[in-house]
Amino acid sequence: MENHSELFYALSHDALSDGPEVKRRAAMAQFLPLMRDMAMDEFGAFEELRQHVKRVRQHTLDNLDYYLARFELEATNNGNQVHFASDGAELNSIVLDICQQHNARRVAKGKSMVTEETGLNHYLERGGLDVVETDLGEYIVQQAGETPSHIVGPALHKSRESIRDLFLEKHALGERELNEPADIVAEARRVLRETFLTADVGIIGANALVADTGYSMLVTNEGNGDLCANLPSVLIVCTTLDRLLPRGEDASAMQRLLVRSATGQPQTCYTSFYSGPRREDDSDGPLETHIVLLDNERTDILASDYREVLQCIRCGACMNHCPIFAAVGGHSYGSVYPGPVGSVLTPLLSSLEQAEALPNACTSCGRCAEVCPADIPLPDLLRDLRHDLSEQKVTPRRWRFGMRLHAFVAARPGLYRALTNLGFGLLARLGRKKGSFQHLPLAGGWTSARDFPAPQGKTFMAQYQARQAIDE
Amino acid sequence: MNDTTAPQVSLFVTCLADLMRPSVAFAALRLLEQAGCEVSVPTEQTCCGQPGYNSGEFASAIPLAKRTIELFEHAEYVVAPSGSCAGMIAHHYPRLLEGAWRERALALAEKTWELTSFLTDVVKLDTAPAHPTALPPITYHDSCAGLREMGVREQPRQLLKTLCDVEVAEMHQSDVCCGFGGTFCAKMPGISAQMADDKLASAAATEAAILTGGDLGCLLNLAGRARREGLAIEVRHVAEILSGDLYGPAIGEGDH
Repeated sequence: MENHSELFYALSHDALSDGPEVKRRAAMAQFLPLMRDMAMDEFGAFEELRQHVKRVRQHTLDNLDYYLARFELEATNNGNQVHFASDGAELNSIVLDICQQHNARRVAKGKSMVTEETGLNHYLERGGLDVVETDLGEYIVQQAGETPSHIVGPALHKSRESIRDLFLEKHALGERELNEPADIVAEARRVLRETFLTADVGIIGANALVADTGYSMLVTNEGNGDLCANLPSVLIVCTTLDRLLPRGEDASAMQRLLVRSATGQPQTCYTSFYSGPRREDDSDGPLETHIVLLDNERTDILASDYREVLQCIRCGACMNHCPIFAAVGGHSYGSVYPGPVGSVLTPLLSSLEQAEALPNACTSCGRCAEVCPADIPLPDLLRDLRHDLSEQKVTPRRWRFGMRLHAFVAARPGLYRALTNLGFGLLARLGRKKGSFQHLPLAGGWTSARDFPAPQGKTFMAQYQARQAIDE
Repeated sequence: MNDTTAPQVSLFVTCLADLMRPSVAFAALRLLEQAGCEVSVPTEQTCCGQPGYNSGEFASAIPLAKRTIELFEHAEYVVAPSGSCAGMIAHHYPRLLEGAWRERALALAEKTWELTSFLTDVVKLDTAPAHPTALPPITYHDSCAGLREMGVREQPRQLLKTLCDVEVAEMHQSDVCCGFGGTFCAKMPGISAQMADDKLASAAATEAAILTGGDLGCLLNLAGRARREGLAIEVRHVAEILSGDLYGPAIGEGDH
């Protein structure tokens, strides 16, 4: 997994310096919540369905061994080959082996965040394969040599103009304009059709795995997932084991929340269930199918205090509603999963040291938890990670010391009053004329970005106790 | 006055009001008394422990939470002019503490209120001295903790309407964080400033002369950023406006 989350401070600083990008992100941050709110208002049953889906997710995670065994049995009975990968390297090598067994040259990929997590594309390319992303957003970022900036809209960070220029540069198709979005999409479609028809192996992700039927569910808007799954002769489904659900109707319930939360649509264009290889009376479909189930820390997370993060259904609503994500964009997080859920997941998938900034990149505003369809208490989990950072002394010593000093003084009202009366009384006198300070010793973090408002005068307690004394 | 039927309120002053803007706590006192409450102010109170708690320094926050419980658990009602401090007590103390302390925290949570929601939902305050002059246009920032932990949304708007005869000029996305976030604003000042700028731009678009809200933390952040950027909008706490205290300097402004 490519992870640069230690660069959060630098990357977010750069992201904030790009004026036009800041404006575009702000516009998206208004548009996406609006779409979601409209869909939820029309739907009306958000809270009931959310609690239902949460219970189902928790039940499945509580009994993961059972549902994994059931899924493996049913999927195998359907003719799939089921593989388990303990980490990203193992998933990559399983997938490359399958490709090599079939002398594959070209792989058509549907969108899959799990294979982003394992760095599968580069691994297969080093193995001599031609790997083409077929989700439009993924295709764009692949052409640009970038990573997705959002788990639902991988190319959300790119402007129409930059996509036009990218296609004009990358596709050798002669003179054309590509000024309209429809022309850009049509060109991608033309290029990608060739890929679907010539690919030897198709690789897709899964939004859910259904234990009682052994089916995997995929939700897309472009139909590229179905083409990856049905045209090549070999299909490989790559996903993590926390995607399991007991029954088809659970996947259906989850899907109703997923789509509204993600894009504000009541339904996507395509929701497909894949059972296995082509049967005798089928007219099409792959001849051989594999399902690779990745663990990569999930069982450890399941056993930890952070298990609720595994309820995530990957809708991206927390990103769409996070004002910090809106300000700095997904790439600033330097990791596969950005935004609030990513800030919980990334430290758990990598290390607290490397991802130290991410749990702190949060104001605890709670907007993410408000919209999360799986009811994950994201601000609480982020705060708990800060607790771990402090316990493991990753938090800088000056912060830990500062908080302890504050608590020491605040637990002693006499000392607290004496110090605050002195300090804030002095600040009030110094600042009375101008009303605020542009620089203040020990408050550099604050005054680097804003003035420090001067205290009004004597503290409330000093004034109040003086009044009480007069009254008596 | 010693009316035994009057609601007995213990005022949680909040450290920011105590240290930075006492007029907010005095305004809260006046509003509660106007609503017929008998108000006491435990003078041993300091800080609810939120800075340590949100920084993950739970060991620093726990003694402050226990102190606050001891000081306030005998009150009939605890009211704070801050959704964030009220939210800390009502929502987070039970999460922070264990065993018998958790039980005491839950009992305290039951009777802890943010000021404007207490005034509308419990004591149903609906009269106030009329403002001598019509108020300028006002816009309201919904502080995150007040909104999401304490359910404060309509209450301050209703009070501004009934007590001050002013309709809030609603800004776009009034429910989005202003970028304060306690220590966040000092740890990530650039991101915080961008968020404050977005909020100030939304407020300016309403052409309101005053930006108000129920949490001093947000207001200090917004006022500080507005001063840095040279914006004209006044920032005042909603309790000050509701109690008619509109004539002293706004937050971050000097004596003229």
